[in-house]
Amino acid sequence: MRIGNGDQVADYKIRVEHLNLQYSDGKESLRDINLDILANTITVLFGPAGGGKSSLLRVFNRLNDLADVKLISGSVLLDDMDILDPKLNVITLRRRVGMVFARPIVLPMSIRSNLTYSLELTGEKRASVLDEAVESSLKQAALWDEVKDRLSEAAVSLSGGQQQRLCLARSLVLKPEVILLDEPTSGLDPISTGKVEETLQELKKVYTIVLVPHSVQQAARVSDFAAFFLQGELIEKGNGKELFINPKDKRTEDYIMGRFG
Amino acid sequence: MINGFKEIYKNPNSSTSRKIKQKFGFSLIGFATLITVIPIIAIVLYIFIKGISAISWDFLTTFPTDGVKAGGIYPAIVGTIYLTIFTAIFSVPLGIGAAIYLSEYAPDNRWTRAIRIAIINLAGIPSVVYGLFGLGMFVIFFKLGTSILAGSITLSIMTLPVIISTAEEALRAVPQSFRVISISVGATRWQTIRRIVLPQSLPGIMTGVILGLERAVGETAPILFTAAVFFLPRLPSSPLDPTMALPYHLYVISTQVPGMPVEIQYGTALVLILFVLSLNLIASIIRSRARAHRQW
Amino acid sequence: MQMTKKWNEFFLNWLIKISGYSAIIFVILIFYFLLREGLPAIGEVSISNLFSVRWYPIEDYFGLLPLIAGSIIVTIGAALFAIPIGLCAAIFISEVSPRWARDILKPLVEVLGGIPSVVLGFIGILILAPYLRQLLDLPTGLSALAGSILLGGLAIPTIVSVAEDALDSVPRSYRDGALALGATEWQTIWRVTFPAARSGVLTAIMLGIGRAIGETMAVMMVTGNAAVLPIKLNSLFLPVRTMTATIAAEMGEVAKDSTHYHVLFLIGVLLFVISLGINIAASTTMFQQRKRAERILS
Repeated sequence: MRIGNGDQVADYKIRVEHLNLQYSDGKESLRDINLDILANTITVLFGPAGGGKSSLLRVFNRLNDLADVKLISGSVLLDDMDILDPKLNVITLRRRVGMVFARPIVLPMSIRSNLTYSLELTGEKRASVLDEAVESSLKQAALWDEVKDRLSEAAVSLSGGQQQRLCLARSLVLKPEVILLDEPTSGLDPISTGKVEETLQELKKVYTIVLVPHSVQQAARVSDFAAFFLQGELIEKGNGKELFINPKDKRTEDYIMGRFG
Repeated sequence: MINGFKEIYKNPNSSTSRKIKQKFGFSLIGFATLITVIPIIAIVLYIFIKGISAISWDFLTTFPTDGVKAGGIYPAIVGTIYLTIFTAIFSVPLGIGAAIYLSEYAPDNRWTRAIRIAIINLAGIPSVVYGLFGLGMFVIFFKLGTSILAGSITLSIMTLPVIISTAEEALRAVPQSFRVISISVGATRWQTIRRIVLPQSLPGIMTGVILGLERAVGETAPILFTAAVFFLPRLPSSPLDPTMALPYHLYVISTQVPGMPVEIQYGTALVLILFVLSLNLIASIIRSRARAHRQW
Repeated sequence: MQMTKKWNEFFLNWLIKISGYSAIIFVILIFYFLLREGLPAIGEVSISNLFSVRWYPIEDYFGLLPLIAGSIIVTIGAALFAIPIGLCAAIFISEVSPRWARDILKPLVEVLGGIPSVVLGFIGILILAPYLRQLLDLPTGLSALAGSILLGGLAIPTIVSVAEDALDSVPRSYRDGALALGATEWQTIWRVTFPAARSGVLTAIMLGIGRAIGETMAVMMVTGNAAVLPIKLNSLFLPVRTMTATIAAEMGEVAKDSTHYHVLFLIGVLLFVISLGINIAASTTMFQQRKRAERILS
């Protein structure tokens, strides 16, 4: 979607309007969320635990279908596609929106198979296409040089940081438009974390990135745009650099300063 | 020891008393364990010793002669193999399918609980009642007659609970995170099962199948009225033929045949035990190899 | 391509659902066919006959009581034998024995459970019965006692396996807490671990008893098959007939659709209902305990 306004032209990738979400067990619900995610940016959803950030992330690829949802209302648009439509082909959605989880979970297969898995689901069998996808996704995740000679080894033999970058590569294989990352560096050492953050800066040129950081510092480092969530409500949102230096809401400021967490 | 009893009498709760009671208690239950374990080992060894003299290539590959008082038990061995194969054909797909349903599809409601209760019930039905059921439904109603088919279908229903419960456990052991990842890259539920869950749980499922078949091999009552006959001059030529079978053969020659040579009885028992034990061994090997090679 | 995929998936999901419900279907089928051949007996034989104490089908005596009593006495005997020994062995294996011993004993017990009952019956005839006859100076060793011992031997592996699993799954923290308070291991076992595994142990016992009641071959081979009412005190040492043995022994000789035939099926119905009752009781205690545990632990 392009919203033109004279010189200022903004590409909205995902628009969330009046989103309400309740789970049957009452955890991590969302109340009246309004948020726009711009294309080719890194948008960061941050805040204390239970705030609803992960829930929102999971709405974007309809992974919340796996949980017991009591109520969901409002509208979430990916370009022109209504994500909340019950008749939506979620398979297509999940190919357009990739996800990286907090703990690096590799499938119990070889490195190569981990990557070709999603392509094979679509029925793709041609070795040339699969090989190309493997190489390209690993290069984008800055992992190609380290594993190019070990592609048939078991994925579990990689280190934690490498496994997480493998998960990142895996999310790129289907050439999605949006990548969701839920605390992707929470188990990683600082060097691996740095590598991942660097990679994200490269990736945002091609993809739209929505990230839940595992620390406020990470949020401040990587965000182009940031949104602060507290107990299911969106308290404040804005340009990344400005929000962390000059938060407008006192609660945002308190959280950033570490007065609660 | 006498001092021990004196101490317990005087100060029942002193730390010395408690230690003595503990020693006594441990010996008691250790003894119980020995009673549990030793007789069976003794029985197996005894059968081995007394029966090994009867085992020969002829014994395993020729037909009985002189009534059944001499010769071999070939048709009984073959019959048991046939029955086992057909039981596997019926119970394995059905059992695995049911396990997949319970582990991957079934909602947590009254109907699912009913299924589980039904499975527990199937497991508890006496084997001879299965024989009656097989007689009533397959031999008579479906007019299969006394046949391998009737016997195996009966055996497979009896084996179903074992296969379903072990298979379900194996499926549930696969980490939920794999399923979530698979779904998040656009797989359907069945694709996830076929490509990840099933292959990863296969060793556990196979162990359950083998253990279930091991029980089917040794059962007599279900095949009494549905498949087994005492003597056949020829091997069965189709699944609609009746057959001889090892457990039934052992039963008959140890209770109904006067003048039956004892070595042949022991020999038959030995062959049956070896059959069962080797299946057990295969299952254990599969289980330990799977544990070693697991990638999670 | 997408369309056929969708249809395939739909068909498969449907197959899987049917497999899931097959257990219920089979239970219903079994009950139906048992009733089909067994209910006519109620019409053909008077109730007073069925409740009489003579089982002599050749002369139209169809008293079920001696058979029922036979099953009861053998099962009780087996239970008295198997439950204490089985539970003690389970406790030993799971709580007392060192790691290396456990790794041998546990698979060994599983193998025990796999021994076919006909083999045990075989040993019973050739060894146990003559031994009992000698030891206790009986006319024949084939008796309720022999049956109880064999049934107990068959039930013990089941009891041990299930109870051992239950004891093993008691959280470590329970034991550690008791030991930290100064209890000996023995006291910990009996006052903490064992009670905590109560429901699993109960399940183990019920499953073991269930196996004993349903056992056919071993019992048939060693209980002597005399359908007399075991009411005297020394009946334990005399031949006796169980319900299961009766069916197995006489089914081969009856004419189809004769009264005898129907009565045998009726006994089958009785056995089915009894095992149903035990299993429902076992599962309700299991489900109840689980719910209670979930409430306490949440």
